Amino acid sequence: MNARVTLAVMLRVLAQLRRDPRTLVLIVGVPCLLETLLKELFQGGPVFQHAGAPLLGLFPFVTMFLVTSITMLRERTSGTLERLMTMPLAKLDLLAGYGLAFAAVAVVQAAIVSLLAFGALDLHVAGPRGLVVALAVANAVLGTALGLFVSAFAQSEFQAVQFMPAIVFPQILLSGLFVDRGQMATWLRWISDALPLTYAYDALARTANDTLGTRFAVDVAVVCGSILLALALGAVTLRRRTS
Amino acid sequence: MTDTAAVRVDRLHVVRGGAVVLPELSCDIAPGSVTGLLGPSGSGKSTLIRAIVGVQRIAGGSVEVLGEPAGAKTLRSRVGYMTQAPSVYVDLTVGENLRFFARVLGVAPDAVDRAIGQVDLQQETSRVVGRLSGGERARVSLATALLGRPDVLVLDEPTVGLDPVLRRDLWALFHELAQQGTTLLVSSHVMDEADRCDSLLLIREGRLLAQATPDELRARTGTQLLDDAFLRLIEGGA
Repeated sequence: MNARVTLAVMLRVLAQLRRDPRTLVLIVGVPCLLETLLKELFQGGPVFQHAGAPLLGLFPFVTMFLVTSITMLRERTSGTLERLMTMPLAKLDLLAGYGLAFAAVAVVQAAIVSLLAFGALDLHVAGPRGLVVALAVANAVLGTALGLFVSAFAQSEFQAVQFMPAIVFPQILLSGLFVDRGQMATWLRWISDALPLTYAYDALARTANDTLGTRFAVDVAVVCGSILLALALGAVTLRRRTS
Repeated sequence: MTDTAAVRVDRLHVVRGGAVVLPELSCDIAPGSVTGLLGPSGSGKSTLIRAIVGVQRIAGGSVEVLGEPAGAKTLRSRVGYMTQAPSVYVDLTVGENLRFFARVLGVAPDAVDRAIGQVDLQQETSRVVGRLSGGERARVSLATALLGRPDVLVLDEPTVGLDPVLRRDLWALFHELAQQGTTLLVSSHVMDEADRCDSLLLIREGRLLAQATPDELRARTGTQLLDDAFLRLIEGGA
């Protein structure tokens, strides 16, 4: 790995996003809109207070998963990946560059959405608000890492977009946000145990209730471990030689 | 076969999607020269080029570049590659593209201006690639291949869609680079470019029909036009 090359990839990905202001507005605007809708729909009551922080913290996962899988798919189909693979660039430079770029975007996204949620929308969390933002950034990096991996299995942008509901929705349904994990059928809970977003959600819920502890540390460790695993899987799909 | 070949392809066998693209191809490319790789589209030119730059999975045989196996780590800053479709970022400007690849290659920033000058795109440096014409995009892609002053330059149809003046200038550039010691392999499917090469590799259906200079080819086939020479070779007349 080489810091110069990693940084070059990060700056290049950010420059590409800067050329696309509409996407940037959507990245920040859509979670703000959803957070506002949630508040108005439940009139700021317990449902909003229960789901507000997880929405804030999980949304960057969805955004970055989508943006990354499309950007990487373009890299594969346009030939730029093939060109990079003939250059002195380590696969990890490419993956880390992507991760850092989208983490930077997630910092801005989570900061702006939390300003709105904790300010005008009057969302309350018992734990530290900064921790919600930090978890949002970690989830964004997880989304990026998974998006890099999944892009290898899509041949078109249509397919890449369809991976989003396929990979994200089941995880959110089973995370414990909608149904308490204790009330799930055993086999569903087993699946839930195996999905990284379950731990991402749990960490956010514990921050909201201020019940941080060993279980919270486990949650964070699982999310970080999942990021590394997804990056490793992504590296396996990046081949210097293709047929 | 000489011992000083810059590129040595030995009984290369490539299968893509179940079909044999290159059955058993061998050739040598002399250093400091411009070698034209000519053949109709679908003849296996791009596959051979991909094998030489080390991105093609091969089923048999070997490819050596500058004495090392193709794709070796040490070759990655010594081999410049221009893919057939312009492989640059369409949402970035010309300058942004080249500065990015310069950072990846670890070359000084002044290499960017030099490469842009070599392909005559100084006026377009701050334009977004997606807004450029096809020919201009191809030149951005070519400039990227030139960035690191590579010892071996492999160009897959670099002059497609360019106007004649620009084509002439680029061929002059190729020869200038060859005189400085660069080895160039340039593919084309138009025979009128063959005369501009020091040496020719003619391939058809994955097989090498001939490796010769343009004059040798004329002499061997007894024709004046290289197009006719190619036909003679195909029909087994020479």
